[in-house]
Amino acid sequence: MVAADGEIAVSIRDLTKQYPGAPSPAVRGLTLDVAAGEVVALVGPSGCGKTTTLKMINRLIEPTSGSIQVLGRDQAALPVHELRRSIGYVIQQIGLFPHRTVAANIGVVPRLLGWPKAQISARVAELLALVGLPADAGRRYPSELSGGQQQRVGVARALAADPPILLMDEPYSAVDPLVRARLQDDLLALQAQVGKTIVIVTHDIDEAIKLGDRVAILAQGGVLAQYDTPDELLRAPADDFVAAFLGRERSLRRLGLRRVDEVRAEPAVAVAATATAAEALAAADGMGARWVVVLDNDNDNDNDNDNDNDDGTDNDNYDGTDNDNTGAGEPVGLVATAELRHHSRAGAVGGTIGDGLEPDRRPPVVDATWPLREVLDAVLRSGCGAALVGDRMPARCVITLDALAEALR
Amino acid sequence: MTVPLAATGAVVAQASRRDTLVSWGWVSEHLDDVWSRTVEHVQLTLVALALGFAVSSALAALAVRHRRTFAPITWIGSILYTIPSVALFGMLIPVTGLGFWTAEIALVSYTILIFVRNIVAGIDGVPAPVVEAADAMGYTRWQRLRAVELPLALPTIVAGLRIAAVTVIGLVTVAAVVGNGGYGAFILDGLDRDFPTPIVLGAALSVLLAATVDAGLALAERALTPWARRRGGER
Repeated sequence: MVAADGEIAVSIRDLTKQYPGAPSPAVRGLTLDVAAGEVVALVGPSGCGKTTTLKMINRLIEPTSGSIQVLGRDQAALPVHELRRSIGYVIQQIGLFPHRTVAANIGVVPRLLGWPKAQISARVAELLALVGLPADAGRRYPSELSGGQQQRVGVARALAADPPILLMDEPYSAVDPLVRARLQDDLLALQAQVGKTIVIVTHDIDEAIKLGDRVAILAQGGVLAQYDTPDELLRAPADDFVAAFLGRERSLRRLGLRRVDEVRAEPAVAVAATATAAEALAAADGMGARWVVVLDNDNDNDNDNDNDNDDGTDNDNYDGTDNDNTGAGEPVGLVATAELRHHSRAGAVGGTIGDGLEPDRRPPVVDATWPLREVLDAVLRSGCGAALVGDRMPARCVITLDALAEALR
Repeated sequence: MTVPLAATGAVVAQASRRDTLVSWGWVSEHLDDVWSRTVEHVQLTLVALALGFAVSSALAALAVRHRRTFAPITWIGSILYTIPSVALFGMLIPVTGLGFWTAEIALVSYTILIFVRNIVAGIDGVPAPVVEAADAMGYTRWQRLRAVELPLALPTIVAGLRIAAVTVIGLVTVAAVVGNGGYGAFILDGLDRDFPTPIVLGAALSVLLAATVDAGLALAERALTPWARRRGGER
C-alpha cells in the first residue's frame, strides 16, 4: 500500500521528549519515515514512548528537540490548530462530544474549516455509510450507541475533512475481542478505499502485524529497536528484545500473513472410493501426482463402503480430466501415493481404497483466501498431512506441510 | 425604620389581629405592598446573581488557567461566605451607607464561593479524552471552552446557580436592615410592632420565591441538556 512515488508523509528526525522531572527521556533521538499511503504501527511495551511519539506528530505534545515534517513541511511552522485540522486523530477512549449528535460530532472539523452547511451534511452522510453506520445514527447522541459504533463515529470524525494523515492511539484496546477483530478488518477495508497515511499506536503485537504495512518496535525510552515489514520482523528479529516482544510463535504469525494463493500447491488425482489402491496409484502416476483424493460419489453420502454396484472400477471417471461427473463427489480421504505404495507392498491388495480409509479423517478443504496459519491448523486437526484447495476444481490441488514450511523460508 | 404599615389601625383592631397567627384581612389590604416588595426582592436577587456570576466567571477563568490561584480564591470566597450576614451589612453601613449597593455588595460576596467552585468543578469534570479530542480536532482554546467545556459544565454550573439563587433570596430579607430588603421589610415591620402576620407573610413569600426560582432553573437545565437524558441504545 506504499504510494508508488514513495513520497514521505511523515518524517521524524532525531526526536526527543524529556518530560520535566522525569529521570530519562520518554523518547530519545527517534528517526522514522512514514511513506504516503502506508500504515505504520508503533508498538512496544508501556513506557516505550509510542503514544508520546504519536502526540508529537500533531503537537498535542511539544518535542524537546528534533523535528517532524508533515507532507514536506515543518509542522512547527504552522499554527497548531491549523496543523491539527489537517490530521485525523482517533483515540482509545474515543472522546466523542457527548452533548453533540453523532452528525455534529462528525462535522466538527469541516465546521471549523468553514465548509457550507449542505456540504457538511452530505459529507456526514457519506462518512456514516463509509464506516458502516445506518444513516439515522446521525441524529442520535453518542451515549445511545454501542462502544463499537462509537468507535466507528470516532473514525468518521477523524476522516471528516479528508485529512491525508490519520493518527490512531490504541483505537481498539477498549472494545471486546470480537468487535476489535471486526473493527480491524473494517479499517483495512476502509484503508483500501481511502489510502490514507496511517500511524497507529498499539501495545498488541498481533494488531500491529495485522494492520501495519510496516511495524516500528520501540524499546524503553523511545529507542527504535526495529522498523520493518511484519514478515521481515518475524523472519529476522534484530535483537533479543525484538524477538522476545514478538513472542515464541513467530513462524505461526508469519503463516498468518500469507494466503493459500501465495504458496505452491501440488496436483492431486481424484479417484472414487470404490477404486482399488492399484488403480488409484496408476491414475496418480499417470498424472505425476503424489496425492490421491478419494471421492465418495454415492448420492446418500452415508454408506460409502458397502456400495459395490456402481462404476467404481472405471476410474477414468475420476481422473479429473475429462468427465462431467468429476468433482461431484465429496472428498472423504486424502492419501499420499507413498502411503499407498507402502500398503501395496505390505500385501494389502484387494478391497477398495475407500475400505482402507480411516473414518472421520476427512481432508480439510481450504480456499485461496485462507491465511496459511488457519490451513496449518486444519491440516494438523485432520491428521491427513495436507489440505485440499477447494476452489480449484476439477483439477485438484493440495497444500502439504512441506509447502507450508517452504513458505517460511 | 421602614415604611410603617397600617400604622393608623385602630387599637381594638390591632388587638384582635394578634389573636391569630395570620390576619388575612391585613394581607388583603396590603396586596400592593406584596407586589412592590416582590419586585424589589427579585431585583436585588437578579442583580446580585448577575454580578456575582460575572465576577466569579473571571475568577474561575483565572483559577482554571493558573491552577495556583484556585486555593487563594476559594479561601477569600470562604471567608466572605462565613461572615454572618447581619454583621457584614453592619460593617458596610459606615462605609457605603444605607442603600441598594450596600445590599448588593454583601449579597454578591456570598455568591462568589458557590459560583467559583461550581464553574471550576464543571470545567474540571469534562472528561480528559473529550478535551484531548477537541484539541486534536483543531479547536482553539477559546473555541474549546465555548463549544465543548462550557456546555458540558452546564449542569454543574446550573447546580451552583440554584444554590446561589436560593441563598441570595434568603439573604435579601436580611438586607432589610440596610433599607433594601424586599420581603424582609415585612418581617422587620412585624418584629417592630410585635405583629406576626407580616413576619409570616415575608417568610412565606421568600420561601415561595426561592422554591419557584429553583424549580425554574431545574427545568431550564433539563431543556438545555437534552443529551443528558438520552441513554442506552445497544451496548
